[in-house]
Amino acid sequence: MNVMLIDYGAGNLTSVERALARLGARSQRSHSPECIAGAEALLLPGVGHYAALIRALDERALRAPLLDALQRGIPFLGVCLGLQALYETSEEAPELSGLDLLPGSVRSLPATVKLPHMGWNQLKLSRPSRLLEGVSAEAYFYFAHSFAATNFNSEAVALSNHGADFAAVIEKQNIFAVQFHPEKSGEPGAQLLQNFLRLAA
Amino acid sequence: MSLAHRIIPCLDTDGARVVKGVNFVGLRDAGDPVALAARYNTEGADELVVLDIAASRDRRPTFLETIRRVAAELAIPLTAGGGIRTLDDARSVIRAGADKVTVNTAAVARPALISELSREFGAQAVVLAIDAKRVDDHWDVMVRGGRDSANRDALVWGLQGVELGAGEILLTSVDRDGTQLGFDMPLTSAVSRAVSVPVIASGGAKLPEHFAQIFSEGAADAALAASIFHDHVQSIRKLKQYLSARNIEVRLPC
Repeated sequence: MNVMLIDYGAGNLTSVERALARLGARSQRSHSPECIAGAEALLLPGVGHYAALIRALDERALRAPLLDALQRGIPFLGVCLGLQALYETSEEAPELSGLDLLPGSVRSLPATVKLPHMGWNQLKLSRPSRLLEGVSAEAYFYFAHSFAATNFNSEAVALSNHGADFAAVIEKQNIFAVQFHPEKSGEPGAQLLQNFLRLAA
Repeated sequence: MSLAHRIIPCLDTDGARVVKGVNFVGLRDAGDPVALAARYNTEGADELVVLDIAASRDRRPTFLETIRRVAAELAIPLTAGGGIRTLDDARSVIRAGADKVTVNTAAVARPALISELSREFGAQAVVLAIDAKRVDDHWDVMVRGGRDSANRDALVWGLQGVELGAGEILLTSVDRDGTQLGFDMPLTSAVSRAVSVPVIASGGAKLPEHFAQIFSEGAADAALAASIFHDHVQSIRKLKQYLSARNIEVRLPC
């Protein structure tokens, strides 16, 4: 299995690469439309500003090949911003269009709690999850974000909470995404990545 | 379900070695950063901070190599800092494997640095480190490794830093650092209750009670310590068990 990491020019891809390598998977960074079109599995990591990710996808002409690959059933894992990008829009950059694969918008978490939501939090399962198979219900995952999918629908298989419930794990056919960083979430994170690799194989 | 309080070991490095000192002076060798990082990753640390206390230009490549080697050991987030003066400095540290950068003296000298970093990497990657020292009825911001006063109020600076785009504050009490008398409760509580971002308390920790107090009464979101972990005075695992038994939410290692 070779996982194509979509490199849109921001963020720290090294930790994702290392986490995959520990699990025996090969990965490759790419920002070329051709490579994305030919990928066996795709991973869209992301930290920072929503606008930077969406703009980079469009400037590098990656939106069309990415949507096409997802349409063809290529396994996809979005991490953090890579989850948020799946919705129609985000309050962080309302003028931009997301990938629009899921209905709804990404919004700021409420100002009643400290933001960013930074650190280790738990999940509550909405329905059985393929990504979380073998992961303890008590497990903690590492989050670092201020915006989240708070008006989630049935795509959210697990929620977390920081001032409001939000989609923490998304599964819709071949499309998987997590709001936390599995590559920085110790053993449970490694198990989740392992599950993705198995599902993608 | 709620956000766990974080325990963060800190490696103060001088090139390729971990060093330690009292009240920011009198440094001595405390071990190999890579070995310590591996140990803390296994023991249940929630993050790791690596600071280049020398922060000299000529030793920069050595520090970046330390970051790379430390990052390779970790399945938890890594914060790096010390001597970050420009966007390029931050970029090189993040490329070496850090998830967040801390800024201190350079941000005091040029606050716009915080905004530049926040725009480039996101607020979640920008940690404003504040070294604070009690003066009369307030706390002064100290710079250059805690030696000089910046003649600026620490509370005001914290609020301003958040406004500029810092996503977290690493708050060190210069008065308590290295004393093992416990965290600075009034300082931490004042800053943590005033700002909208998470605050990491630092300086003075020794006993499990110190951590329990700073999380409950001190309102800290995370607590950082160095030598008590390096020297096995406290084990992170036992510390977390202690806190958990007192109903303080922590992530217990498996």
